[in-house]
Amino acid sequence: MKDLKGFINPNLTPGWESPETLNTWDKPGSRTPLIGAGNTDATVTEKVCRVIEGPPTIGWIIFFLISASALSLLGILVPYLIFTGVGVWGVNNPVGWGYAIVNFVFWVGIGHAGTLISAILFLFRQKWRTSINRAAEAMTIFAVICAGLFPGIHVGRVWFAYWMFPIPNQMELWPNFRSPLLWDVFAVGTYFTVSLLFWYMGMLPDLASVRDRAKEKIRKVAYSVLSLGWTGSNRQWHNYERAYLLLAALATPLVLSVHSVVSFDFAISQVPGWHSTIFPPYFVAGAIFSGFAMVMTLVVPARHLFGLKDVITMRHLENMNKIIMVTGMIVGYAYLVEFFIAWYSGNEVEKFTFLNRALGPYAWAYWIMVSCNVLTPQIFWFKKMRTNLKVMFIVSIFVNIGMWFERFVIVISSLANDYLPSAWDYYRPTIVDVGILIGSFGLFFTLFSLFCRFLPFVAMYEVKGVIAGQEHAERQEESAGSSTEEGASPATAMT
Amino acid sequence: MTANIITASGARNPEPVLVLAEFETPKQLMSAAEKVRDGGFNHWDCHTPYPVHGLDQAMGVRPTLLPWVVLAAGATGCIGGLAMQWFMNATDLSILFIGYPYLVSGKPFWSIPANIPVAFELTILLSAFGAFFGMLIFNGLPRFHRPHFRSERFRRATDDRFFIAIDKRDRHFDPESNAAFLEGLGANSVEVIEE
Repeated sequence: MKDLKGFINPNLTPGWESPETLNTWDKPGSRTPLIGAGNTDATVTEKVCRVIEGPPTIGWIIFFLISASALSLLGILVPYLIFTGVGVWGVNNPVGWGYAIVNFVFWVGIGHAGTLISAILFLFRQKWRTSINRAAEAMTIFAVICAGLFPGIHVGRVWFAYWMFPIPNQMELWPNFRSPLLWDVFAVGTYFTVSLLFWYMGMLPDLASVRDRAKEKIRKVAYSVLSLGWTGSNRQWHNYERAYLLLAALATPLVLSVHSVVSFDFAISQVPGWHSTIFPPYFVAGAIFSGFAMVMTLVVPARHLFGLKDVITMRHLENMNKIIMVTGMIVGYAYLVEFFIAWYSGNEVEKFTFLNRALGPYAWAYWIMVSCNVLTPQIFWFKKMRTNLKVMFIVSIFVNIGMWFERFVIVISSLANDYLPSAWDYYRPTIVDVGILIGSFGLFFTLFSLFCRFLPFVAMYEVKGVIAGQEHAERQEESAGSSTEEGASPATAMT
Repeated sequence: MTANIITASGARNPEPVLVLAEFETPKQLMSAAEKVRDGGFNHWDCHTPYPVHGLDQAMGVRPTLLPWVVLAAGATGCIGGLAMQWFMNATDLSILFIGYPYLVSGKPFWSIPANIPVAFELTILLSAFGAFFGMLIFNGLPRFHRPHFRSERFRRATDDRFFIAIDKRDRHFDPESNAAFLEGLGANSVEVIEE
């Protein structure tokens, strides 16, 4: 990558582009290189390892302390909940699923973008996934940890949480496998385990890189153990690449199944507003939407803080913004279809439920949801906005808020006003509800900041593979330009 | 240029165990690997910081059996998952434990649709275990002691350098002639490791 200007179609550039946004433009017939100019194998190792080898930066320390204090809230409130009982929450008679289930669905959804980036984009050979997949997968694991917390404490008597698992017990009873809540145990449990294996396996070669650079004894021992003695031998790579492909192929149907099963928790019940066949695809799209927003929230500051701007480039961010916009519109379409079907079904209760969502006591939540999820991402139609760091960060925060409210609307408004008006009640969260929500964010960000500090943030070996591919393509392009009889067009050279 | 000899400290009768040649670029490695393959070596390997495409053919590595392991693990998960649900919810058989036929809203004790999600998740779970642990076993991991690690240069195998290693189990293993051979193929440096 010598002269980036040469890649740009002068008719397409409006003139506002900055050096950072240059690599989002392509010359027709060729692709602008993904990874910034001047990066070699050695510089990638250096840039990524430097983050975890140097002393912590002030920015990191502040972020960690804030996250850890939020986490301590969880440390206080969860024992308080367990010793006192679920009465400390705002749950009441019609609304038995309060913040706990809202948070559970929210956090499971966040995780989905990580698996989408690591598995589905891998199967589609999308090379831009390589710079962000490690961080996104870490996010998945931490989000699923946060999610797993909520059903655990929601059962009330946590010492009976083992009833969820098929464990032989003194009652000679087994779980009821007809219950979608039990499917959830298997779906989320499998999702966590497979994501963890996929993440750890993807990290093995990079942990070996960190091991080989380590100078202090403790560091060396720790990373030696973590990297399991990886030597980068080609016979190992051969098995490794095949295992990675298989895990990606397994994680793809898995990630689609997990949020489908989560949506069955609702769709298989008889509650108006829940009993709907649109739920699985609608939940999966929403999960990917919210997850990409969370990746954006994490990656935009991190690439700045850790000096990784030419490894995680504007092109990566722009691609993610495009996905946020598309999935945001799928979610908006689902909101419309829900209304249409409620009307088309001719079912009075169903019709009422949806009008009640938009105009009833929870209308404020509904319109926060619509404006954050459907309206805000529309700004990404403009390339100037799509490549603006401040805009994308703010939109990602809006989407996070909007998607939390989506789950709030689904869970709370349907339960609060169902069939019989005599059974209705208004749900109000308590301070403990809010504290536990904040605490779960604390848990998430604490884990993420520890990850940034101790594990390689970018998949170095995959980025090196992309650089090797870039150099290869450039050489082919040059030779095609000099000797026409070779006949390799730049378009085929790029594939 | 002659090969550097690295001897393990504290070794009583040091014997050569590995010949290690360093190359600058994947291209050099690839053409060297073809020559080593054609030389009839059988216990040798290339070490690269990232998977180099085409190296499997250059080395003559046979396709791995890992997919079959994953298929077997997945089939076990699927059948095991269905059997577990059938035993726990649809029978009162006593095999170590006693099954408990649940009567839920007058539905049949056993009907496949309700049992698909759990069987599916267990299929994926066991396949993933097959892929991950199968990969580790086929690769002989974890293994923390390797003669390669005695070489200071080899640390760059996970950074930006490419290596060919010939093991003492190889039928053509002979430190001196191997070192000369690898140097002739364009190696930056050749080391012999003794322990």
